[in-house]
Amino acid sequence: MNKKLLLILLPLALLAPLVLYPVFLAKVLCFALFACAFNLLLGFAGLLSFGHAAFLGTGGYVTGWLMINSGLTPELAIIAGTIAGGLLGAVYGALAVKREGIYFAMVTLALAQLTFFLYVQAPFTHGEDGMQGIPRGALFGLIDLSDNMVMYYFVLAIFCFGFWLINRTVHSPFGQVLKAIRENESRAISLGYDVNRYKWLAFVISAALASLAGATKSLVFELASLTDVHWHMSGEVILMTLVGGVGTLFGPLVGAGFVVTMQNYLSGGELGNYIHIIMGAVFVICVLSFRSGIVGQLAKFKRDNF
Amino acid sequence: MSEPQQDFILETRHLTKAFKGFTAVDDVNLQITRGHIHALIGPNGAGKTTVFNLLTKFLQPTSGSIVFNGRDITTETPAAIARLGVIRSFQISAVFPHLSVLENVRIALQRKEGNSFHFWRSDKVLNRLNDRAMELLASVGLADFAQSKTLDLPYGRKRALEIATTLALEPELMLLDEPTQGMGHEDVGMVTDLIKQVSKDRTILMVEHNLHVVSRLADRITVLQRGSILTEGDYATVSADPQVREAYMGTEADAVQEAS
Repeated sequence: MNKKLLLILLPLALLAPLVLYPVFLAKVLCFALFACAFNLLLGFAGLLSFGHAAFLGTGGYVTGWLMINSGLTPELAIIAGTIAGGLLGAVYGALAVKREGIYFAMVTLALAQLTFFLYVQAPFTHGEDGMQGIPRGALFGLIDLSDNMVMYYFVLAIFCFGFWLINRTVHSPFGQVLKAIRENESRAISLGYDVNRYKWLAFVISAALASLAGATKSLVFELASLTDVHWHMSGEVILMTLVGGVGTLFGPLVGAGFVVTMQNYLSGGELGNYIHIIMGAVFVICVLSFRSGIVGQLAKFKRDNF
Repeated sequence: MSEPQQDFILETRHLTKAFKGFTAVDDVNLQITRGHIHALIGPNGAGKTTVFNLLTKFLQPTSGSIVFNGRDITTETPAAIARLGVIRSFQISAVFPHLSVLENVRIALQRKEGNSFHFWRSDKVLNRLNDRAMELLASVGLADFAQSKTLDLPYGRKRALEIATTLALEPELMLLDEPTQGMGHEDVGMVTDLIKQVSKDRTILMVEHNLHVVSRLADRITVLQRGSILTEGDYATVSADPQVREAYMGTEADAVQEAS
């Protein structure tokens, strides 16, 4: 079923910028990748991180700084940003996976706040002003990314890679062990698995992909700002994942699309001031009445009726 | 070491576990002979499960040591002793409910493949374990259920699956925590037979309430009371002991007689 769905979605994604504004679409894809990375941890390893903004922001700042100061081509700067976020994830993950449940969430939140305040103080981020005027550069030194259409297709390629990697991770020998740990942790231990090492690897992969999303986003908007490291962002990605459907492959994609679209339309219109209230209401409704999210509900509808 | 003694696979020396102001396990010296089915019995609150959790390292002892195959494992982690060949079961059936029955067994087989961290490979590589997994399922009578979701199995069969999963690791020592708890008559019979069957070539230590099961299976029995060893011996010796009868007052004392 997933393969068929991909065959429908890919042409849609390729044709979409003919109808919709490419920067908006690129933004959706960046957040979708971010949410997918987050979902790998929550949906497939059962770990609720409340600090994923740290990785999104780190990817953005590192890539942005390199684009401004080093003359690296964009793909290399993005790889560097991803690695930087992955390394940060390796450190934070090692500390966080020692705790479970709410304590895990709190440790990740604390570490993300630490990161936030470092970025507030560090001169290279330009604090509240943000890192502005990040050049998009030329891909491989050849293809100029300043055109929004070209940029969109580059982002789409990155998203597809990230999505593929997550899909593969979920359906890999490693993914099987993760599933087992999520289902019954003590049994997994008694079968000889050092569960913390598996959780840690899942954390690192998730952090690296979140950084990839942040790195890409900084090129799309030519901006890296504190918004991306703020704890609001960590909350927003939870919202996206839950609305779309936690533990489903397409859920975060749908959720990110939904949330970003809502925000875009609301912030432009008269309801701009009520945006947080509306998003909050959506969240409450979602958690109370359809906990498996949009994709989860659709899958259930399909199971029951076809 | 002076003279070659009996071959003990597992020994505890002065094993003690104290929780705040309460000694749950008090100076317990257990010796488990290789090849035996050894039962740990005792009234509620005697410390059986605590001993069990100490042996499997899910709890750290306050003092004393645990020796497995001549090696001190007191400070090892639970996963590490599992890799040495000490595999435990749990009171509540320990299965992975949303995996298929086959996948449950495969998880255990997978560890020795060394690809458990390979997140870039397809899980199709695990299919080469299917034959072995099916053999194991067949050995506990679950071959027909291989593709079922584990959640849907009746309780007794979950226990059988748990044993198949444990066997997949080829354990030297199996630790079973109340394997027949909460089961109906038929299931108790089935699981008892199963334990008898898998006990060939390996050692089993079990905590068990059902004295009928103990009388059928155990080569040696240790009776715990209030955290220390009350007595030890085979079933005839233990069930004749007046102290044991006293410990199992009332209905359970009758059960001792009935079973013998």
